[in-house]
Amino acid sequence: MSDTERSSTHLGRREENIRLGLLAVAFSAVFVLALIILFVFQAGVPLIWKTGLGPFLGGLEWGPTRGQFGILAMIVGTIQVTLGALLLGVPLSLLAAIHLSEFAKPSTRVVLKPLIELLAAIPSVVYGFIGVVVLVPFVRETFGGSGFSVLTAAVVLGVMILPTVISISVDALQAVPHSYREGALALGATPWQAVTRVVVPAARSGIVTAVVLGMGRAMGETMAVIMVAGNAVVVPTSPLHPCRTLTSNIALEMAYAAGDHQKALFATGVVLFVMIFLLNALATALVRRR
Amino acid sequence: MTPETRQDNLRWNRLGQRLCLGMTMAVVAVLVAILAYLVWHGGDRLTIGFFLDFPKDLGREGGILPILVSTMVLAVLALAIAVPLGIGTAVYLTEYTREGWVTTVIRFGAECLAGIPSIIFGLFGFILFVVHLGLGWSILSGALTLACMVLPTIIRTSEEAIKAVPAVLRQVGFSLGATKSQVIWHIVLPQARRGIITGVILALGRVMGETACVIFTTGISMEMPTSPLDSARSMAVHFYLLAREGISMEMANTTALALVGMILLINTAAAVLVARRSSR
Repeated sequence: MSDTERSSTHLGRREENIRLGLLAVAFSAVFVLALIILFVFQAGVPLIWKTGLGPFLGGLEWGPTRGQFGILAMIVGTIQVTLGALLLGVPLSLLAAIHLSEFAKPSTRVVLKPLIELLAAIPSVVYGFIGVVVLVPFVRETFGGSGFSVLTAAVVLGVMILPTVISISVDALQAVPHSYREGALALGATPWQAVTRVVVPAARSGIVTAVVLGMGRAMGETMAVIMVAGNAVVVPTSPLHPCRTLTSNIALEMAYAAGDHQKALFATGVVLFVMIFLLNALATALVRRR
Repeated sequence: MTPETRQDNLRWNRLGQRLCLGMTMAVVAVLVAILAYLVWHGGDRLTIGFFLDFPKDLGREGGILPILVSTMVLAVLALAIAVPLGIGTAVYLTEYTREGWVTTVIRFGAECLAGIPSIIFGLFGFILFVVHLGLGWSILSGALTLACMVLPTIIRTSEEAIKAVPAVLRQVGFSLGATKSQVIWHIVLPQARRGIITGVILALGRVMGETACVIFTTGISMEMPTSPLDSARSMAVHFYLLAREGISMEMANTTALALVGMILLINTAAAVLVARRSSR
Protein backbone atom coordinates (compact mmCIF):
# COMPACT_ATOMS: atom_id res chain seq x y z
CA MET A 1 0.00 0.00 0.00
CA SER A 2 1.45 3.34 -0.98
CA ASP A 3 1.65 6.33 1.32
CA THR A 4 -1.10 8.26 -0.43
CA GLU A 5 -3.50 5.34 -0.28
CA ARG A 6 -2.83 4.81 3.42
CA SER A 7 -3.39 8.46 4.16
CA SER A 8 -6.61 8.49 2.15
CA THR A 9 -8.07 5.50 4.01
CA HIS A 10 -6.90 7.14 7.22
CA LEU A 11 -8.66 10.34 6.16
CA GLY A 12 -11.75 8.34 5.25
CA ARG A 13 -11.89 6.77 8.69
CA ARG A 14 -11.43 10.17 10.31
CA GLU A 15 -14.26 11.64 8.21
CA GLU A 16 -16.50 8.73 9.18
CA ASN A 17 -15.72 9.29 12.87
CA ILE A 18 -16.55 12.98 12.54
CA ARG A 19 -19.84 12.09 10.85
CA LEU A 20 -20.76 9.67 13.63
CA GLY A 21 -19.75 12.20 16.30
CA LEU A 22 -21.97 14.85 14.73
CA LEU A 23 -24.82 12.36 14.42
CA ALA A 24 -24.56 11.72 18.17
CA VAL A 25 -24.51 15.48 18.86
CA ALA A 26 -27.49 15.99 16.56
CA PHE A 27 -29.61 13.81 18.80
CA SER A 28 -28.88 16.00 21.84
CA ALA A 29 -32.17 17.89 21.58
CA VAL A 30 -34.14 14.65 21.25
CA PHE A 31 -32.15 13.21 24.15
CA VAL A 32 -32.91 16.23 26.36
CA LEU A 33 -36.60 16.02 25.44
CA ALA A 34 -36.63 12.32 26.35
CA LEU A 35 -34.90 13.05 29.68
CA ILE A 36 -37.42 15.78 30.51
CA ILE A 37 -40.36 13.51 29.78
CA LEU A 38 -38.74 10.62 31.68
CA PHE A 39 -37.83 12.52 34.84
CA VAL A 40 -40.81 14.86 35.11
CA PHE A 41 -43.33 12.11 34.32
CA GLN A 42 -41.56 9.64 36.61
CA ALA A 43 -41.86 12.09 39.50
CA GLY A 44 -45.41 13.19 38.74
CA VAL A 45 -47.42 10.40 37.14
CA PRO A 46 -47.44 7.97 40.15
CA LEU A 47 -49.16 10.64 42.25
CA ILE A 48 -51.83 11.16 39.55
CA TRP A 49 -52.60 7.39 39.65
CA LYS A 50 -52.60 7.43 43.44
CA THR A 51 -55.07 10.32 43.56
CA GLY A 52 -56.99 9.06 40.55
CA LEU A 53 -57.03 10.87 37.22
CA GLY A 54 -60.58 12.18 37.71
CA PRO A 55 -60.11 13.54 41.25
CA PHE A 56 -56.72 15.04 40.30
CA LEU A 57 -57.93 16.87 37.18
CA GLY A 58 -61.46 17.53 38.42
CA GLY A 59 -60.88 18.15 42.13
CA LEU A 60 -61.43 21.60 43.56
CA GLU A 61 -59.64 20.99 46.86
CA TRP A 62 -55.94 21.82 46.86
CA GLY A 63 -54.62 21.06 50.32
CA PRO A 64 -51.25 19.50 49.63
CA THR A 65 -50.31 19.24 53.30
CA ARG A 66 -53.61 17.43 54.01
CA GLY A 67 -53.17 15.12 51.03
CA GLN A 68 -55.80 16.84 48.85
CA PHE A 69 -54.59 17.21 45.29
CA GLY A 70 -57.24 18.67 42.97
CA ILE A 71 -56.04 21.09 40.31
CA LEU A 72 -59.26 22.00 38.51
CA ALA A 73 -59.12 25.59 39.76
CA MET A 74 -55.60 25.94 38.33
CA ILE A 75 -56.61 24.43 34.97
CA VAL A 76 -59.55 26.84 34.72
CA GLY A 77 -57.29 29.73 35.81
CA THR A 78 -54.72 28.86 33.15
CA ILE A 79 -57.36 28.67 30.42
CA GLN A 80 -59.03 31.93 31.44
CA VAL A 81 -55.79 33.88 31.66
CA THR A 82 -54.54 32.46 28.35
CA LEU A 83 -57.78 33.20 26.48
CA GLY A 84 -57.87 36.69 27.99
CA ALA A 85 -54.33 37.32 26.80
CA LEU A 86 -55.24 36.15 23.28
CA LEU A 87 -58.41 38.26 23.22
CA LEU A 88 -56.33 41.32 23.95
CA GLY A 89 -53.04 40.50 22.24
CA VAL A 90 -54.09 38.89 18.96
CA PRO A 91 -56.21 41.69 17.38
CA LEU A 92 -53.61 44.26 18.43
CA SER A 93 -50.80 42.13 17.01
CA LEU A 94 -52.60 41.43 13.73
CA LEU A 95 -53.38 45.08 13.05
CA ALA A 96 -49.80 46.07 13.89
CA ALA A 97 -48.47 43.26 11.69
CA ILE A 98 -50.68 44.40 8.81
CA HIS A 99 -49.37 47.93 9.19
CA LEU A 100 -45.75 46.78 9.28
CA SER A 101 -46.09 44.43 6.33
CA GLU A 102 -48.54 46.24 4.05
CA PHE A 103 -48.73 49.94 4.77
CA ALA A 104 -45.42 50.98 6.35
CA LYS A 105 -42.56 52.14 4.17
CA PRO A 106 -39.76 49.54 3.98
CA SER A 107 -37.41 51.98 5.71
CA THR A 108 -39.87 52.34 8.61
CA ARG A 109 -40.39 48.60 8.79
CA VAL A 110 -36.68 47.96 9.11
CA VAL A 111 -36.61 50.17 12.20
CA LEU A 112 -39.95 49.23 13.79
CA LYS A 113 -39.80 45.45 13.53
CA PRO A 114 -36.56 45.02 15.52
CA LEU A 115 -37.86 47.63 17.98
CA ILE A 116 -41.01 45.59 18.58
CA GLU A 117 -38.95 42.42 18.84
CA LEU A 118 -37.06 44.08 21.72
CA LEU A 119 -40.28 43.57 23.72
CA ALA A 120 -39.45 39.87 23.65
CA ALA A 121 -36.05 40.56 25.19
CA ILE A 122 -37.48 42.16 28.32
CA PRO A 123 -37.39 39.47 31.04
CA SER A 124 -40.77 38.20 32.22
CA VAL A 125 -40.08 39.24 35.81
CA VAL A 126 -39.84 42.84 34.62
CA TYR A 127 -43.29 42.58 33.00
CA GLY A 128 -44.60 41.20 36.28
CA PHE A 129 -43.01 44.05 38.19
CA ILE A 130 -44.47 46.73 35.91
CA GLY A 131 -47.78 44.91 36.26
CA VAL A 132 -47.59 45.14 40.05
CA VAL A 133 -46.56 48.77 40.29
CA VAL A 134 -48.66 50.20 37.45
CA LEU A 135 -51.45 47.90 36.36
CA VAL A 136 -52.58 46.43 39.70
CA PRO A 137 -53.26 49.85 41.28
CA PHE A 138 -54.95 50.96 38.05
CA VAL A 139 -57.31 47.95 37.99
CA ARG A 140 -58.01 48.33 41.72
CA GLU A 141 -58.98 51.97 41.38
CA THR A 142 -60.88 51.67 38.10
CA PHE A 143 -62.77 48.39 38.49
CA GLY A 144 -62.54 47.64 42.21
CA GLY A 145 -61.34 44.48 43.92
CA SER A 146 -57.77 43.93 45.01
CA GLY A 147 -56.32 44.56 41.55
CA PHE A 148 -54.61 41.15 41.60
CA SER A 149 -56.89 39.44 39.12
CA VAL A 150 -57.49 37.39 36.00
CA LEU A 151 -57.87 40.66 34.09
CA THR A 152 -54.50 42.04 35.23
CA ALA A 153 -52.72 38.78 34.39
CA ALA A 154 -54.42 38.65 30.98
CA VAL A 155 -53.33 42.21 30.17
CA VAL A 156 -49.71 41.55 31.20
CA LEU A 157 -49.63 38.31 29.17
CA GLY A 158 -51.39 40.00 26.27
CA VAL A 159 -48.52 42.47 26.09
CA MET A 160 -45.93 39.72 26.48
CA ILE A 161 -47.19 37.77 23.46
CA LEU A 162 -47.19 40.85 21.17
CA PRO A 163 -43.63 40.48 19.84
CA THR A 164 -44.05 36.76 19.10
CA VAL A 165 -47.37 37.12 17.29
CA ILE A 166 -46.40 40.31 15.42
CA SER A 167 -43.03 39.04 14.27
CA ILE A 168 -44.30 35.72 12.88
CA SER A 169 -47.43 37.31 11.36
CA VAL A 170 -45.31 39.92 9.55
CA ASP A 171 -43.16 37.12 8.11
CA ALA A 172 -46.32 35.25 7.01
CA LEU A 173 -47.81 38.35 5.36
CA GLN A 174 -44.55 39.17 3.63
CA ALA A 175 -44.42 35.67 2.19
CA VAL A 176 -47.65 36.27 0.21
CA PRO A 177 -46.66 36.82 -3.43
CA HIS A 178 -46.86 40.39 -4.63
CA SER A 179 -49.05 39.42 -7.59
CA TYR A 180 -51.96 38.69 -5.19
CA ARG A 181 -52.00 42.31 -4.07
CA GLU A 182 -51.59 43.61 -7.61
CA GLY A 183 -54.41 41.40 -8.83
CA ALA A 184 -56.78 42.65 -6.15
CA LEU A 185 -55.85 46.30 -6.72
CA ALA A 186 -56.24 45.90 -10.50
CA LEU A 187 -59.78 44.63 -9.92
CA GLY A 188 -60.56 47.92 -8.18
CA ALA A 189 -60.17 46.87 -4.56
CA THR A 190 -58.93 49.48 -2.12
CA PRO A 191 -55.62 48.62 -0.38
CA TRP A 192 -57.61 47.81 2.78
CA GLN A 193 -59.86 45.40 0.83
CA ALA A 194 -56.85 43.80 -0.83
CA VAL A 195 -55.28 43.20 2.58
CA THR A 196 -58.34 41.94 4.45
CA ARG A 197 -59.86 39.82 1.65
CA VAL A 198 -56.78 38.54 -0.16
CA VAL A 199 -53.48 38.89 1.69
CA VAL A 200 -54.59 37.94 5.21
CA PRO A 201 -56.55 34.85 4.05
CA ALA A 202 -53.54 33.79 1.98
CA ALA A 203 -51.26 34.11 5.03
CA ARG A 204 -53.72 32.27 7.26
CA SER A 205 -51.57 29.27 8.13
CA GLY A 206 -48.64 31.43 9.20
CA ILE A 207 -50.94 33.60 11.29
CA VAL A 208 -52.41 30.51 12.98
CA THR A 209 -48.86 29.40 13.84
CA ALA A 210 -48.15 32.84 15.28
CA VAL A 211 -51.27 32.74 17.46
CA VAL A 212 -50.52 29.22 18.69
CA LEU A 213 -46.94 30.13 19.59
CA GLY A 214 -48.24 33.18 21.44
CA MET A 215 -50.76 30.97 23.20
CA GLY A 216 -48.00 28.58 24.25
CA ARG A 217 -45.98 31.46 25.59
CA ALA A 218 -48.97 32.79 27.58
CA MET A 219 -49.80 29.37 28.96
CA GLY A 220 -46.23 28.63 30.02
CA GLU A 221 -45.45 32.01 31.53
CA THR A 222 -44.74 31.82 35.24
CA MET A 223 -43.06 34.71 37.00
CA ALA A 224 -45.11 37.56 35.54
CA VAL A 225 -48.35 35.75 36.36
CA ILE A 226 -47.34 34.97 39.95
CA MET A 227 -46.73 38.65 40.57
CA VAL A 228 -50.09 39.95 39.30
CA ALA A 229 -52.70 37.17 39.46
CA GLY A 230 -53.25 37.00 43.22
CA ASN A 231 -52.71 33.21 43.29
CA ALA A 232 -55.78 32.21 45.29
CA VAL A 233 -56.87 28.62 44.62
CA VAL A 234 -60.45 29.32 43.55
CA VAL A 235 -62.31 29.00 40.28
CA PRO A 236 -62.59 32.64 39.22
CA THR A 237 -66.13 33.67 38.33
CA SER A 238 -65.30 37.26 37.42
CA PRO A 239 -62.32 38.81 35.60
CA LEU A 240 -61.67 40.79 38.78
CA HIS A 241 -61.21 37.69 40.94
CA PRO A 242 -57.73 36.42 41.71
CA CYS A 243 -56.64 33.11 40.20
CA ARG A 244 -53.77 30.67 40.19
CA THR A 245 -52.35 29.08 37.03
CA LEU A 246 -50.66 25.68 36.71
CA THR A 247 -47.27 27.34 36.28
CA SER A 248 -47.62 29.57 39.34
CA ASN A 249 -48.79 26.60 41.40
CA ILE A 250 -45.45 24.92 40.72
CA ALA A 251 -43.29 27.97 41.27
CA LEU A 252 -45.08 29.16 44.43
CA GLU A 253 -44.78 25.92 46.36
CA MET A 254 -41.64 24.31 44.94
CA ALA A 255 -39.39 26.04 47.46
CA TYR A 256 -40.81 24.24 50.48
CA ALA A 257 -42.69 21.23 49.09
CA ALA A 258 -41.59 17.73 50.07
CA GLY A 259 -42.84 14.17 49.64
CA ASP A 260 -46.25 13.81 48.01
CA HIS A 261 -46.64 17.59 47.88
CA GLN A 262 -43.54 17.87 45.69
CA LYS A 263 -44.74 14.97 43.54
CA ALA A 264 -48.06 16.79 43.11
CA LEU A 265 -46.18 19.80 41.73
CA PHE A 266 -44.43 17.54 39.22
CA ALA A 267 -47.86 16.12 38.37
CA THR A 268 -49.02 19.70 37.75
CA GLY A 269 -46.04 20.01 35.40
CA VAL A 270 -47.12 16.83 33.60
CA VAL A 271 -50.61 18.28 33.02
CA LEU A 272 -49.12 21.55 31.74
CA PHE A 273 -46.75 19.63 29.46
CA VAL A 274 -49.60 17.56 27.99
CA MET A 275 -51.76 20.67 27.46
CA ILE A 276 -48.99 22.48 25.58
CA PHE A 277 -48.14 19.36 23.60
CA LEU A 278 -51.78 18.91 22.51
CA LEU A 279 -51.98 22.59 21.60
CA ASN A 280 -48.92 22.31 19.35
CA ALA A 281 -50.18 19.08 17.78
CA LEU A 282 -53.50 20.79 17.03
CA ALA A 283 -51.70 23.72 15.42
CA THR A 284 -49.55 21.42 13.28
CA ALA A 285 -52.68 19.56 12.16
CA LEU A 286 -54.46 22.84 11.33
CA VAL A 287 -51.54 24.11 9.28
CA ARG A 288 -51.04 20.77 7.47
CA ARG A 289 -54.68 20.41 6.49
CA ARG A 290 -54.53 23.45 4.29
CA MET B 1 -70.55 50.45 -8.71
CA THR B 2 -72.52 53.35 -7.31
CA PRO B 3 -70.58 56.39 -6.13
CA GLU B 4 -71.77 55.88 -2.52
CA THR B 5 -70.20 52.44 -2.14
CA ARG B 6 -66.97 53.63 -3.72
CA GLN B 7 -66.97 56.45 -1.17
CA ASP B 8 -67.65 53.94 1.61
CA ASN B 9 -64.83 51.69 0.47
CA LEU B 10 -62.40 54.56 0.46
CA ARG B 11 -63.55 55.64 3.91
CA TRP B 12 -63.03 52.10 5.24
CA ASN B 13 -59.65 52.05 3.56
CA ARG B 14 -58.56 55.21 5.36
CA LEU B 15 -60.05 54.04 8.65
CA GLY B 16 -58.42 50.60 8.44
CA GLN B 17 -55.01 51.98 7.61
CA ARG B 18 -55.20 54.49 10.45
CA LEU B 19 -56.30 51.78 12.87
CA CYS B 20 -53.30 49.64 11.92
CA LEU B 21 -50.95 52.59 12.29
CA GLY B 22 -52.48 53.42 15.68
CA MET B 23 -52.02 49.86 16.95
CA THR B 24 -48.40 49.79 15.82
CA MET B 25 -47.79 53.04 17.64
CA ALA B 26 -49.51 51.59 20.74
CA VAL B 27 -47.15 48.60 20.73
CA VAL B 28 -44.09 50.83 20.39
CA ALA B 29 -45.53 53.07 23.13
CA VAL B 30 -45.69 50.08 25.50
CA LEU B 31 -41.98 49.44 24.97
CA VAL B 32 -41.11 53.10 25.45
CA ALA B 33 -43.33 53.34 28.55
CA ILE B 34 -41.70 50.31 30.22
CA LEU B 35 -38.19 51.62 29.56
CA ALA B 36 -39.15 55.14 30.66
CA TYR B 37 -40.65 53.80 33.89
CA LEU B 38 -37.49 51.88 34.75
CA VAL B 39 -35.19 54.80 33.93
CA TRP B 40 -37.39 57.27 35.81
CA HIS B 41 -37.59 55.19 39.00
CA GLY B 42 -34.23 53.46 39.00
CA GLY B 43 -31.92 55.66 36.94
CA ASP B 44 -30.49 57.82 39.71
CA ARG B 45 -29.15 54.84 41.68
CA LEU B 46 -27.57 53.21 38.65
CA THR B 47 -23.92 54.15 39.15
CA ILE B 48 -20.63 52.32 38.64
CA GLY B 49 -20.66 51.72 42.39
CA PHE B 50 -23.92 49.78 42.08
CA PHE B 51 -22.14 47.21 39.92
CA LEU B 52 -19.02 47.10 42.11
CA ASP B 53 -20.50 47.00 45.63
CA PHE B 54 -21.51 43.98 47.64
CA PRO B 55 -25.21 43.87 48.60
CA LYS B 56 -25.92 44.81 52.21
CA ASP B 57 -28.96 44.12 54.38
CA LEU B 58 -30.51 41.51 52.00
CA GLY B 59 -30.09 43.90 49.09
CA ARG B 60 -31.71 46.99 50.61
CA GLU B 61 -28.37 48.78 50.37
CA GLY B 62 -25.13 48.39 48.47
CA GLY B 63 -24.76 46.91 45.01
CA ILE B 64 -24.90 43.67 43.08
CA LEU B 65 -21.26 42.65 42.45
CA PRO B 66 -21.49 38.93 43.39
CA ILE B 67 -24.87 38.71 41.66
CA LEU B 68 -23.46 40.26 38.51
CA VAL B 69 -20.51 37.84 38.57
CA SER B 70 -22.84 34.86 39.15
CA THR B 71 -25.06 35.95 36.26
CA MET B 72 -22.06 36.18 33.92
CA VAL B 73 -20.59 32.83 34.98
CA LEU B 74 -23.99 31.14 34.70
CA ALA B 75 -24.60 32.58 31.23
CA VAL B 76 -21.13 31.80 29.88
CA LEU B 77 -21.19 28.26 31.24
CA ALA B 78 -24.69 27.61 29.83
CA LEU B 79 -23.63 28.83 26.38
CA ALA B 80 -20.34 26.89 26.54
CA ILE B 81 -22.46 23.75 26.88
CA ALA B 82 -25.27 24.63 24.45
CA VAL B 83 -23.34 26.29 21.59
CA PRO B 84 -21.16 23.32 20.52
CA LEU B 85 -24.17 20.98 20.72
CA GLY B 86 -26.36 23.42 18.80
CA ILE B 87 -23.84 24.11 16.04
CA GLY B 88 -23.00 20.41 15.78
CA THR B 89 -26.67 19.57 15.33
CA ALA B 90 -27.08 22.31 12.72
CA VAL B 91 -24.01 21.09 10.80
CA TYR B 92 -25.30 17.53 10.81
CA LEU B 93 -28.78 18.57 9.67
CA THR B 94 -27.55 20.79 6.83
CA GLU B 95 -24.33 19.14 5.63
CA TYR B 96 -24.46 15.44 6.41
CA THR B 97 -27.92 14.22 5.68
CA ARG B 98 -30.84 14.53 3.34
CA GLU B 99 -34.34 15.14 4.60
CA GLY B 100 -35.60 11.82 5.96
CA TRP B 101 -36.83 10.24 9.14
CA VAL B 102 -33.63 11.16 11.03
CA THR B 103 -34.00 14.87 10.34
CA THR B 104 -37.74 14.67 11.02
CA VAL B 105 -37.10 13.18 14.46
CA ILE B 106 -34.36 15.71 15.29
CA ARG B 107 -36.43 18.69 14.11
CA PHE B 108 -39.48 17.42 15.98
CA GLY B 109 -37.39 17.09 19.15
CA ALA B 110 -35.98 20.59 18.82
CA GLU B 111 -39.42 22.06 18.11
CA CYS B 112 -40.99 20.35 21.13
CA LEU B 113 -38.11 21.51 23.30
CA ALA B 114 -38.63 25.09 22.12
CA GLY B 115 -42.28 24.96 23.20
CA ILE B 116 -41.67 23.68 26.74
CA PRO B 117 -42.24 26.40 29.38
CA SER B 118 -39.25 27.39 31.49
CA ILE B 119 -40.92 26.24 34.71
CA ILE B 120 -40.87 22.66 33.38
CA PHE B 121 -37.15 23.03 32.64
CA GLY B 122 -36.89 24.16 36.27
CA LEU B 123 -38.63 20.99 37.50
CA PHE B 124 -36.48 18.86 35.23
CA GLY B 125 -33.20 20.55 36.25
CA PHE B 126 -34.13 20.24 39.89
CA ILE B 127 -34.96 16.54 39.78
CA LEU B 128 -32.09 15.50 37.47
CA PHE B 129 -29.15 17.79 38.21
CA VAL B 130 -29.87 19.00 41.75
CA VAL B 131 -31.26 15.75 43.20
CA HIS B 132 -30.30 12.71 41.08
CA LEU B 133 -26.83 13.80 39.98
CA GLY B 134 -26.15 15.35 43.38
CA LEU B 135 -24.94 18.68 42.02
CA GLY B 136 -27.10 20.53 44.55
CA TRP B 137 -28.29 24.09 44.05
CA SER B 138 -25.33 25.26 42.05
CA ILE B 139 -24.19 27.32 39.10
CA LEU B 140 -23.44 24.06 37.26
CA SER B 141 -27.01 22.73 37.74
CA GLY B 142 -28.40 26.07 36.57
CA ALA B 143 -26.08 26.24 33.55
CA LEU B 144 -26.95 22.70 32.45
CA THR B 145 -30.67 23.47 32.74
CA LEU B 146 -30.34 26.74 30.83
CA ALA B 147 -28.25 25.00 28.17
CA CYS B 148 -31.11 22.53 27.57
CA MET B 149 -33.50 25.47 27.33
CA VAL B 150 -31.61 27.52 24.73
CA LEU B 151 -30.42 24.55 22.66
CA PRO B 152 -33.34 24.76 20.15
CA THR B 153 -32.72 28.50 19.61
CA ILE B 154 -29.08 27.89 18.77
CA ILE B 155 -29.90 24.95 16.50
CA ARG B 156 -32.44 27.00 14.53
CA THR B 157 -30.34 30.14 14.07
CA SER B 158 -27.17 28.17 13.22
CA GLU B 159 -29.07 26.05 10.72
CA GLU B 160 -30.39 29.15 8.96
CA ALA B 161 -26.93 30.71 8.89
CA ILE B 162 -25.32 27.56 7.46
CA LYS B 163 -28.07 27.12 4.86
CA ALA B 164 -27.40 30.67 3.65
CA VAL B 165 -23.80 29.81 2.68
CA PRO B 166 -23.75 29.44 -1.15
CA ALA B 167 -23.22 25.88 -2.39
CA VAL B 168 -20.58 27.06 -4.85
CA LEU B 169 -18.17 27.81 -1.98
CA ARG B 170 -18.41 24.19 -0.85
CA GLN B 171 -17.81 22.96 -4.41
CA VAL B 172 -14.68 25.10 -4.65
CA GLY B 173 -13.43 23.53 -1.44
CA PHE B 174 -14.09 20.00 -2.66
CA SER B 175 -12.49 20.71 -6.03
CA LEU B 176 -9.31 21.74 -4.22
CA GLY B 177 -9.25 18.31 -2.60
CA ALA B 178 -10.56 19.25 0.82
CA THR B 179 -12.49 16.64 2.77
CA LYS B 180 -16.01 17.27 3.98
CA SER B 181 -14.94 18.18 7.52
CA GLN B 182 -12.25 20.52 6.17
CA VAL B 183 -14.80 22.26 3.95
CA ILE B 184 -17.13 22.70 6.91
CA TRP B 185 -14.43 23.87 9.30
CA HIS B 186 -12.53 26.17 6.95
CA ILE B 187 -15.23 27.41 4.58
CA VAL B 188 -18.82 26.90 5.77
CA LEU B 189 -18.51 27.83 9.45
CA PRO B 190 -16.39 30.97 8.86
CA GLN B 191 -18.92 32.09 6.23
CA ALA B 192 -21.85 31.43 8.58
CA ARG B 193 -20.07 33.03 11.54
CA ARG B 194 -22.11 36.20 11.74
CA GLY B 195 -25.46 34.42 11.72
CA ILE B 196 -24.30 31.92 14.31
CA ILE B 197 -22.99 34.67 16.60
CA THR B 198 -26.31 36.49 16.28
CA GLY B 199 -28.12 33.39 17.52
CA VAL B 200 -25.69 32.98 20.40
CA ILE B 201 -26.17 36.60 21.42
CA LEU B 202 -29.96 36.21 21.42
CA ALA B 203 -29.59 33.07 23.54
CA LEU B 204 -27.36 35.02 25.94
CA GLY B 205 -30.11 37.60 26.45
CA ARG B 206 -32.63 34.86 27.13
CA VAL B 207 -30.35 33.12 29.64
CA MET B 208 -29.73 36.36 31.53
CA GLY B 209 -33.42 37.22 31.85
CA GLU B 210 -34.56 33.76 32.88
CA THR B 211 -35.93 33.34 36.39
CA ALA B 212 -38.27 30.37 36.76
CA CYS B 213 -35.79 27.64 35.93
CA VAL B 214 -32.79 29.33 37.59
CA ILE B 215 -34.34 29.83 41.01
CA PHE B 216 -34.94 26.06 41.46
CA THR B 217 -31.56 24.92 40.16
CA THR B 218 -29.07 27.61 41.18
CA GLY B 219 -30.65 28.77 44.42
CA ILE B 220 -30.60 32.23 45.93
CA SER B 221 -27.25 32.58 47.77
CA MET B 222 -25.90 36.14 47.61
CA GLU B 223 -22.28 35.14 48.29
CA MET B 224 -19.55 35.60 45.69
CA PRO B 225 -19.30 32.20 43.94
CA THR B 226 -15.90 30.49 44.16
CA SER B 227 -16.67 27.31 42.22
CA PRO B 228 -19.30 26.08 39.73
CA LEU B 229 -20.69 23.93 42.53
CA ASP B 230 -21.58 26.97 44.65
CA SER B 231 -25.14 28.15 44.92
CA ALA B 232 -25.61 31.62 43.47
CA ARG B 233 -28.21 34.23 42.61
CA SER B 234 -28.69 35.65 39.13
CA MET B 235 -29.75 39.25 38.52
CA ALA B 236 -33.23 38.23 37.40
CA VAL B 237 -33.73 36.13 40.54
CA HIS B 238 -32.34 38.92 42.73
CA PHE B 239 -34.75 41.38 41.16
CA TYR B 240 -37.65 38.96 41.60
CA LEU B 241 -36.90 38.45 45.29
CA LEU B 242 -36.43 42.17 45.94
CA ALA B 243 -39.77 42.98 44.34
CA ARG B 244 -41.82 39.94 45.33
CA GLU B 245 -40.81 39.92 48.98
CA GLY B 246 -41.04 43.69 49.20
CA ILE B 247 -37.42 44.00 50.36
CA SER B 248 -36.78 47.21 48.48
CA MET B 249 -38.76 48.53 45.52
CA GLU B 250 -36.07 51.16 44.83
CA MET B 251 -33.30 48.57 44.56
CA ALA B 252 -35.65 46.34 42.53
CA ASN B 253 -36.11 49.20 40.06
CA THR B 254 -32.39 49.79 39.75
CA THR B 255 -31.62 46.08 39.34
CA ALA B 256 -34.34 45.79 36.69
CA LEU B 257 -32.94 48.78 34.84
CA ALA B 258 -29.42 47.31 34.94
CA LEU B 259 -30.67 43.93 33.73
CA VAL B 260 -32.89 45.29 30.97
CA GLY B 261 -30.15 47.70 29.91
CA MET B 262 -27.64 44.87 29.57
CA ILE B 263 -30.07 42.64 27.67
CA LEU B 264 -31.10 45.44 25.31
CA LEU B 265 -27.44 46.25 24.60
CA ILE B 266 -26.84 42.58 23.81
CA ASN B 267 -29.89 42.44 21.54
CA THR B 268 -28.99 45.68 19.79
CA ALA B 269 -25.56 44.20 19.07
CA ALA B 270 -27.29 41.20 17.52
CA ALA B 271 -29.60 43.44 15.45
CA VAL B 272 -26.62 45.45 14.17
CA LEU B 273 -24.87 42.23 13.16
CA VAL B 274 -27.97 41.10 11.26
CA ALA B 275 -28.28 44.47 9.53
CA ARG B 276 -24.62 44.43 8.49
CA ARG B 277 -24.97 40.88 7.21
CA SER B 278 -27.97 41.67 5.04
CA SER B 279 -26.44 44.86 3.67
CA ARG B 280 -23.28 43.11 2.54
